[in-house]
Amino acid sequence: MSKDMMPMFELFQPTDLSGALDLVERYGADGWKVAGGQDSLDWLKDRAKRTKAVIDLTRIAEMKGIRETADGLEIGALTTLTEIEESSLIREKFALLAGAASRVASPQIRNVGTIGGNVSQDARCWYYRGGMDCYRAGGSTCYADTPQGMNREHCLFGADRCVAVSPSDTAPALVALDASMVIQNADGERVVAAEDFFIGPQVDIERMTVLQADDILTAIRIPNTWANATFYFEKVADRKTWDFALVNIAAAMRVSGGTIEDIRIVAGGVECVPRRLSVVENVVKGSAKNADTAKLAGGSASRGAIPLNYNQFKIPLLENLVMRAIRDA
Amino acid sequence: MKDPILYIPGSDIAAVDDAAPGTSVLRIRASRRAFIKGIIASGAVAGSSAFLFGGLTGCAPDQPGAGAVERLLSLNINGKVRRVDVLPNETLAMTLRYKLGLTGTKLSCDRGECGACTVVIDGRTVYSCSTLTHMVGQREVRTIEGLEGPNGELHPIQQAFIDELGPQCGFCTPGQIMSTVALLEANPKPTRDQARHALSGNLCRCGAYDHYLNSVMRAAQGA
Ligand SMILES: Cc1cc2nc3c(=O)[nH]c(=O)nc-3n(C[C@H](O)[C@H](O)[C@H](O)COP(=O)(O)OP(=O)(O)OC[C@H]3O[C@@H](n4cnc5c(N)ncnc54)[C@H](O)[C@@H]3O)c2cc1C
Ligand code: SF4
Ligand code: FES
Ligand code: FES
Repeated sequence: MSKDMMPMFELFQPTDLSGALDLVERYGADGWKVAGGQDSLDWLKDRAKRTKAVIDLTRIAEMKGIRETADGLEIGALTTLTEIEESSLIREKFALLAGAASRVASPQIRNVGTIGGNVSQDARCWYYRGGMDCYRAGGSTCYADTPQGMNREHCLFGADRCVAVSPSDTAPALVALDASMVIQNADGERVVAAEDFFIGPQVDIERMTVLQADDILTAIRIPNTWANATFYFEKVADRKTWDFALVNIAAAMRVSGGTIEDIRIVAGGVECVPRRLSVVENVVKGSAKNADTAKLAGGSASRGAIPLNYNQFKIPLLENLVMRAIRDA
Repeated sequence: MKDPILYIPGSDIAAVDDAAPGTSVLRIRASRRAFIKGIIASGAVAGSSAFLFGGLTGCAPDQPGAGAVERLLSLNINGKVRRVDVLPNETLAMTLRYKLGLTGTKLSCDRGECGACTVVIDGRTVYSCSTLTHMVGQREVRTIEGLEGPNGELHPIQQAFIDELGPQCGFCTPGQIMSTVALLEANPKPTRDQARHALSGNLCRCGAYDHYLNSVMRAAQGA
């Protein structure tokens, strides 16, 4: 592993959003937005990707802080994962998100890493991160989806040439909470549902989200729909610190009189996008919240899964996490 | 390791050997420290960077390419204003170690995966290997060197780490101590589990975790 410096780039540090939008428009694909830098700097150090200009977003005050709005919360994209974990507003209403944020990486990374960076981070497939010329890097092969490929961490669902998974711990929580992403570019603002923000290889194999080079994610909105619901988050990784989820599960449900009235349940680490488990939702909606329903739900979670050579273990893992989410939430 | 001087620039192998027992190694360590201090004291701080990074690619200020200019920053480090010329692509670990001579902050993985480079910025632990120096701004940076008292005495946390035989090889120790500093300032009487959580971003290849936790709990008692 090299310990020299990153290849040279120009550094811009705009202090307001309009300045930053000018820069991302001017540089387009030659520019690189940095918030906490915890995902970005590795790419540059490894020379797996290069950039002419780094645009430091962290001085933009408009993109910081957590605000209460008429119908929910608005979280600035620059809010750090530690701030999310510690925010009393988020803990009171959306403990699911605080819990997910608290399981990212390590304390030092959470102190710096932002929620905007967490949802916009790139795939963690090591062939891709190692600078191989695979499909996702614009090439014409996948190194992971081969008989010998190291694909223990890769997907069960939605493979389309690329078999990488969604690496984020907060993404499934945001999809479960029906959050929306506020995106700006020189042409103005658009708001995209979290569920549509993440895209799979069939849509664009070189991007993980709808964000284009000249887009800036400014905030994330969480509606009160699921405030104070019954939540469940669990992440399974090789080590408790640093390691990405093999599978994680985020669920929000409304339970009354022992019956699951409504639910959104989402898994990470099993598809290129956070996977909304609609089959599970349909199976449990209107059923008693008990061990039997949980078992049924677990069994239905893996329907349609196509494992790779080394990731069969993710099938029972996903089933058990869903089972626990329904039973223990 | 025949000629230790050759290992100084950016070498963590020499740094690991710092803590190994044995007089010959101790001699290397003394000469290395003296050597670096000599460079720093000579006032050639900014100019020395090319030499200190010698042989490593991508870091010479005269590297071609847009933006390859050092800019003078005033950093707030251990309560002092330190003026230093910084490249756009320079990490805080690089600036601290190779330009300011603050080699107590270790550089190991350089990828946010170990914690050897942990410093405290405005009360929060941060991996200095994964922070661009230009992004630090006016915030207060504290490194292991900033813990010493006015007469060079050890900080009570450092003393507790010694009393509990916290370190084994010692390479991860500055990082473990900085995480403890941030923890105890926010929460002077943590439970052992809270301490475990606070130090969870600091890897120890020697596996001295229980000793470190004993150290943190002793430091908290003294606090
Ligand atoms: C050792 C290690 C372990 C990790 N473990 C985990 C883990 O367990 N779980 C997990 O979820 N993540 C993990 N991460 C990934 C990641 O670093 C963090 O999740 C962090 O939240 C990223 O945020 P950042 O602000 O540092 O991102 P940055 O590196 O600043 O940005 C990441 C990407 O998003 C883009 N971006 C950032 N902000 C915006 C914005 N506002 N608008 C548009 N684009 C933007 C950047 O251009 C870049 O492409 C880990 C990283 C490391 C190095
Ligand atoms: S899984 Fe995707 S990112 Fe990994 S090698 Fe295959 S195409 Fe590339
Ligand atoms: S050197 Fe910074 S985390 Fe390892
Ligand atoms: S004491 Fe050797 S790495 Fe921690």
